[in-house]
Amino acid sequence: SATSAEAPATDELGGVVTPFALATSYNNFYELGWGKDDPARQAELLRAYIAAQQPWTVTFSGEVERPGTYDLATLLGWGDVQERTYRLRCVEAWSMVIPWRGVPLGDILRRVGYTSAARYVQFTSVFAPDSLPGQRGAVLDWPYVEGLRLDEALHPLTLLATGMYGEPLPAQNGAPLRLVVPWKYGFKSAKSITHITLTREQPPTTWSVAAPQEYGFYANVNPAVDHPRWSQASERRLDGSNSLLSARQATLPFNGYADEVAGLYSGQDLRRDF
Amino acid sequence: MWAGGLVPLLVLALDAGRGALGANPLERVLEQSGLLALLLLVLSLACTPLRRLTGWTWPARIRRELGLLAFAYGALHLLVYLLDQGGLGGLPADIAERPFITVGAVALALLVPLALTSGKGSVRRLGFGRWQRLHYLVYPAALLAALHFYWGLKGDKSEALMYALALGLLLGWRVWQAAVKRMS
Repeated sequence: SATSAEAPATDELGGVVTPFALATSYNNFYELGWGKDDPARQAELLRAYIAAQQPWTVTFSGEVERPGTYDLATLLGWGDVQERTYRLRCVEAWSMVIPWRGVPLGDILRRVGYTSAARYVQFTSVFAPDSLPGQRGAVLDWPYVEGLRLDEALHPLTLLATGMYGEPLPAQNGAPLRLVVPWKYGFKSAKSITHITLTREQPPTTWSVAAPQEYGFYANVNPAVDHPRWSQASERRLDGSNSLLSARQATLPFNGYADEVAGLYSGQDLRRDF
Repeated sequence: MWAGGLVPLLVLALDAGRGALGANPLERVLEQSGLLALLLLVLSLACTPLRRLTGWTWPARIRRELGLLAFAYGALHLLVYLLDQGGLGGLPADIAERPFITVGAVALALLVPLALTSGKGSVRRLGFGRWQRLHYLVYPAALLAALHFYWGLKGDKSEALMYALALGLLLGWRVWQAAVKRMS
């Protein structure tokens, strides 16, 4: 489409933007199934659920000054809608380059207002076991929850996305509203968000509860800290040019965003806080 | 049998050729080759019970081919892993430090002597008793392969548990047969 053509062809490091067809057919969205192609195949189930909600709402609670349930259009009106091309590094050691559209999460948090006691932000994804087949199994505790420290949530790189490739978010990519935190592994970027809760204590997150030895709360992209089953030193870039013989590329600290975000963790041992 | 066993490889090769292996083709071949190795190993272990229970003779005739095909897909699985890793360099550290890799590597290593002694000549040279005792290695190999698969799955482990259940039944049948034989 015309809008897709306007998206930049590379990120600022020269990485080729992943073709839309790949970014929308190779997904981890376990609410829609455990296979990489399940989310695209079963996307209609989430689309139908979203259509039945009209309008989609997000409920803010906890340490917020103006708690309440706000519809998506209201939220988007609070921020400056932007196009950002980010690298997405999955904890499974593959990566994509994706042009997102969204508003900085900080804009929205400042508009809702948070109290001086707020230290963390918890994100809760859609809970609809009647519609989403993955939620009828007990492999993970549903709904999916994720969290950020408040300073991470307020960082200008952190986006609440409503679109990609110049189009509304496809269901399999987390429609209608998802988090994008480009210096962290992909699982931190919660999809189809319904609740945002400001908390005093570090909130539980789905994967750090399910497999604490494999997935930490911070989950910053870090080539020096391996997953127990594989190295995180390199990654396979999925940009459509990938043949069986193409080489992996080195993984960059903080996924190449160290200049922007390393300061958030000064004095912190990121081997312990993985 | 050989032709049938190589059909999945042909399908993978054709899909690779026309770019139909999805966004991450190497990962797809890695998963498929490992799964085929485990499946063929389980099928090879089903031959003897099937022959005993039905009286058919064809399961015994294809057992060797199933085992060799399992080894071949296991070797392909390792080859694709090394291709993904960009060479042999990281393998010793992987085997030493990652139990997930250790278990898979041991499973494949256990199959090597079995593949090498799969011919009729080997049975003659070793004597049937020794040959048979050597080939009991297929049991730990299959169990380790199933464990490797179980560890490798994220989230829903039911597919791995089905293989474990099948192996449990096939090995349990052998234990039961041995017990019956001792008593009679």
